[in-house]
Amino acid sequence: MRDRLIFSGQLVFTLGVAAFLVVPAVLSISAGVTVNYFRGISSGVTLQWVFQVWDLYADTILLSFLIAFAALAVTLLIGVPAAYALHTHGGRLSRIVEEVITLPIAIPGLAIALALLLTYGGFRSFRGSWLFIVAGHVIFTMPFMVRSVMAVFATVDVRTLDEGAASLGASPARRFLDVIVPNATPGILAGALMVITLSLGEFNLTWMLHTPLTKTLPIGLADSYASMRLEVASAYTLIFFIMIIPLLIAMQIFADRGQGR
Amino acid sequence: MNVAAGHGASVRIEACGKTFADGTRALEPATLDIACGETLVLLGPSGCGKTTMLRIIAGLELPDAGGRVLFDGKDMTSVPIEKRNVGMVFQSYALFPNMSVADNIGYGLKIRGIGRPERAARVAELVALTNIAGLESRRIDQLSGGQRQRVALARAVAIRPGILLLDEPLTALDAALRDRLRGELNRLLRALGITTIYVTHDQAEAMELGDRIVVMRKGSIAQIGTPREIYFAPESRFVAEFIGAANIVEAPVENGYLVLPGGRQAIGLEVSQSAAVAMIRPETIAIVDAAGAPLSGIIDSVSFIGDRQRMIVSGASSRPLAVDAPNTVKVKAGERVGLLIVPDAVRLLPPES
Amino acid sequence: MQYDASGQGRHSIMSHRSFVWFCLLPLAVVTAAFFLLPMARLVVVGAEGPQGMAGYLAILTEPRYRATLINTVVLSAATTIVTLVVATIAGMFLQRHRFLGRTVLIAMLTFPLAFPGVVVGFMIILLAGRQGLIGDLSGRMFGEKIVFAYSIYGLFLGYLYFSIPRVILTIMAAVQKLDAGLEEAARSLGAGPWAVQRDVVLPALGPAFVASGAIAFATAMGAFGTAFTLATNIDVLPMLIYTEFTLAANFATSAALSIGLGVITWAILALARSFSGGAVAAAG
Repeated sequence: MRDRLIFSGQLVFTLGVAAFLVVPAVLSISAGVTVNYFRGISSGVTLQWVFQVWDLYADTILLSFLIAFAALAVTLLIGVPAAYALHTHGGRLSRIVEEVITLPIAIPGLAIALALLLTYGGFRSFRGSWLFIVAGHVIFTMPFMVRSVMAVFATVDVRTLDEGAASLGASPARRFLDVIVPNATPGILAGALMVITLSLGEFNLTWMLHTPLTKTLPIGLADSYASMRLEVASAYTLIFFIMIIPLLIAMQIFADRGQGR
Repeated sequence: MNVAAGHGASVRIEACGKTFADGTRALEPATLDIACGETLVLLGPSGCGKTTMLRIIAGLELPDAGGRVLFDGKDMTSVPIEKRNVGMVFQSYALFPNMSVADNIGYGLKIRGIGRPERAARVAELVALTNIAGLESRRIDQLSGGQRQRVALARAVAIRPGILLLDEPLTALDAALRDRLRGELNRLLRALGITTIYVTHDQAEAMELGDRIVVMRKGSIAQIGTPREIYFAPESRFVAEFIGAANIVEAPVENGYLVLPGGRQAIGLEVSQSAAVAMIRPETIAIVDAAGAPLSGIIDSVSFIGDRQRMIVSGASSRPLAVDAPNTVKVKAGERVGLLIVPDAVRLLPPES
Repeated sequence: MQYDASGQGRHSIMSHRSFVWFCLLPLAVVTAAFFLLPMARLVVVGAEGPQGMAGYLAILTEPRYRATLINTVVLSAATTIVTLVVATIAGMFLQRHRFLGRTVLIAMLTFPLAFPGVVVGFMIILLAGRQGLIGDLSGRMFGEKIVFAYSIYGLFLGYLYFSIPRVILTIMAAVQKLDAGLEEAARSLGAGPWAVQRDVVLPALGPAFVASGAIAFATAMGAFGTAFTLATNIDVLPMLIYTEFTLAANFATSAALSIGLGVITWAILALARSFSGGAVAAAG
């Protein structure tokens, strides 16, 4: 009887927390497809707000994808070899490097953005291009890629695989491509999902780094929250949810598979 | 089958020591020659430096300054493993999980630019040789331990290495499988006839597989010899006790006789020493009637082991002797028995340094 | 026939080592160019104000800045404590019981993980803003619209919104790793359910509390998007830095303040990590 009571109490509490998190999202989704949110859903269901958002903000969505994939490309090309190097080299130097590249997680994005602005703000064409935002996103997402790959290296005996391939005559670069990278794929994929998700949603850095010509999705969101009617802002948020939820589900599947092993 | 590809290379390591970055001395400078086609076993307890020596020969570790590794007289010291043309079987096998069995075996050939048809033929040859037919397209995680071991061996041999290096290749397997694979491995190594260096801590493996055995201890070579030499003529108490079972007897020698509390035992050498250390293997001691035997003692205990029985006999020597008798001999604890030892079976050891 | 890979010429055994360095080089270059150099620049700029190096102390000496700092710390601390309590109750419940809909519930509790701060701010507006649910309900029930999204309470709610999912995940993982044998041992020694929780379970979760609490705190300290979306007149450090930089064009002060903020968040995480043995995962 008492156990039953405790169970129910905890369940109700947990449901309450879930409601706190989910209800606003549901409100946002419904507002995005309601003709008039003030009058309620009875005013009718419509996609007009979604289309309006697309008309107004399509470029921000496309730019966000462009930046996310550019950041992914850079973190893959730089982060995966670096993770291998840090794992193989080991020792204090590797720990220091890992610590340094992890700092952008601990330091607020605002500070990093300011630092980038104060250093490269004078380079007009760079500062005005979307590549400036990519630079910020690369710094911010790199630790996630490197750590995710290193986590796999910690479970696979990379050193022996490397030695095995070496004993068969493969050069270091060949070993890296034939043996190391294929066996790091789970970490690379998990890292890639993380990089894309974080980049698509990044606001703190991007708000400082963007220009009127390089607005990303979260910038557009902030813009719509400040200046558009609630239905438009909600429809925009809805589009963001639709983009981000598949990524979250993919990440969850990955995490489950990782645990199952 | 076109398996035996010459007899491989000869190996010489010269004054190869290894001190790791943290200051631990893994290997004292050692010099060793391995002939073409010979199977040399590096044997010793864990931490004795045998794996370090193998890794230096492989090219996975650099010896300390002054050490040299020569293959067929050519200095290979600074040549990395991938250019040494060695085949290596790792303790954990190091099979590539991202490749099938066939791709694993063929990987070294692919690296060498061997075309697909020839590669396939060579892989098929090795699959047959190592008895893994039918597994070619399996993934590594679908293989049993024994199958993995065979794939690792096939992969190492596929490239027709000059030298085959095996680092505890059977250690990861359970006992019964280990015994069976040891026999198979022996036949295979004989068939290949290639220079082989084999690291193990298991003396049975060393005895069966080695043309010569290098017994190692604390980073140094304790003794080099054929299995028989190592077994019957150990040069130190460590080797005597590490290989097989040994009774170590400390007693004076007078005119070719060990003077023991239970009698006098001939040693086949006309010498006298006030304090000698002798080794007697348990299976070289025969149980006879106590009456008239040169040496006698009282049985403390009898353990039936199956193929033989091990008894502990006290009173004959200053310390109880282990005696292995055939399983048909009927004796009981408490009985007085005579012990008969052929003089050749008593081995005088040099005093401990 | 012999397959020969021995190649020509002498190759150094170092070639692998140089390859490893080669792998690390691009990361070193990018990190130096776009992180270390800018951060160094930030530190320099912070000291270029009229007060020089003393500009770094302004965060403590200037009353307005100090009040903001205290605001931010109190708000972050409150967020951390409430989040830990909420997440521990919910996380332990979810990890300990199997029931219909559990997976869905976990998904609901964790999906806001990837929401940027701005979206979280918007969620709070929908909940407690002028057209929000709470205002709507209270208006119908009491005839008075309760609107607090744009106050410090709205901000607090927003911080809870993005902290809870993160911390729940950490707590659940820690509970899963908990050795069930410990609890059974405690019960075999006669401890009741509450005593088991108090003496065995909660202490065992200590490192997870420290780790996830530190992340929640550091994230709250640096959160900008939520405050930005909700901002009417809430003084938190990131907003102060932002206004100093863009509105007042006060580069030196904003640089000094952001260095100060960065040092605080980094120190909290580093401290927690040394305390909980490296379990502090990445904050987002």
